[in-house]
Amino acid sequence: MALTISRAIVDAILEQSRVEYPDECCGVILGPVGSDSPIRHKPMVNAAHSPTFYEFDPKDLLALYREVDDNDEEIVVIYHSHTETEAFPSRTDIAYAGEPGSHYVLVSTREEIAPATEFRSYRIIDGVVTEEEVSITE
Amino acid sequence: MAIEVRIPTILRPYTKDQKSVEAAGATLSALITDLDTQYGGLGERLLENGALRRFINIYINDEDVRFLGGLEAPLKDGDSVTILPAVAGGSK
Repeated sequence: MALTISRAIVDAILEQSRVEYPDECCGVILGPVGSDSPIRHKPMVNAAHSPTFYEFDPKDLLALYREVDDNDEEIVVIYHSHTETEAFPSRTDIAYAGEPGSHYVLVSTREEIAPATEFRSYRIIDGVVTEEEVSITE
Repeated sequence: MAIEVRIPTILRPYTKDQKSVEAAGATLSALITDLDTQYGGLGERLLENGALRRFINIYINDEDVRFLGGLEAPLKDGDSVTILPAVAGGSK
């Protein structure tokens, strides 16, 4: 398993994580159903506005799924930032992970870490975390 | 009384991969009981100690059931219910 993603979207997510610091940022990347291609970047509001928690607003969540259905898309990537810890799924992340078909991307804005090393992708299925390679296309 | 219930990917193993099923009930609580009767185990994925699970969002006709009375939210013929996993997490 691997995630292939464009440099432009990676940069946009890292930028969002810096802008929204000290809160966690979050969002999705959508792609055509069955493609596994993250093409359409959609930042989401962290309704928790918290440095240690993120949550899509339930209204935004429903609108997102409607939009994805209407466009014959799927949620290829669900991402969020950790502000002080490494870009690895926490127990909370694992407990909430509800999309077995999506890649879970984590970035970290903790200091003294080169951002490029802190963009990591995982599958989280039935509580089991599997890290996967990230291949960035220019 | 037929109510369409949209099932998220993560719960489709319970509904034989159907994206949408029909169920009956005058309240959300009764609907979940009927769902669990038809699709054994599904109820437990929606409820914990008799309350709606924190990790699951349920909507009746686009409105979050938390604003409609939760499990006591009334249902009528033709209503549409959507179940979605919350998207949430964090470092703590």
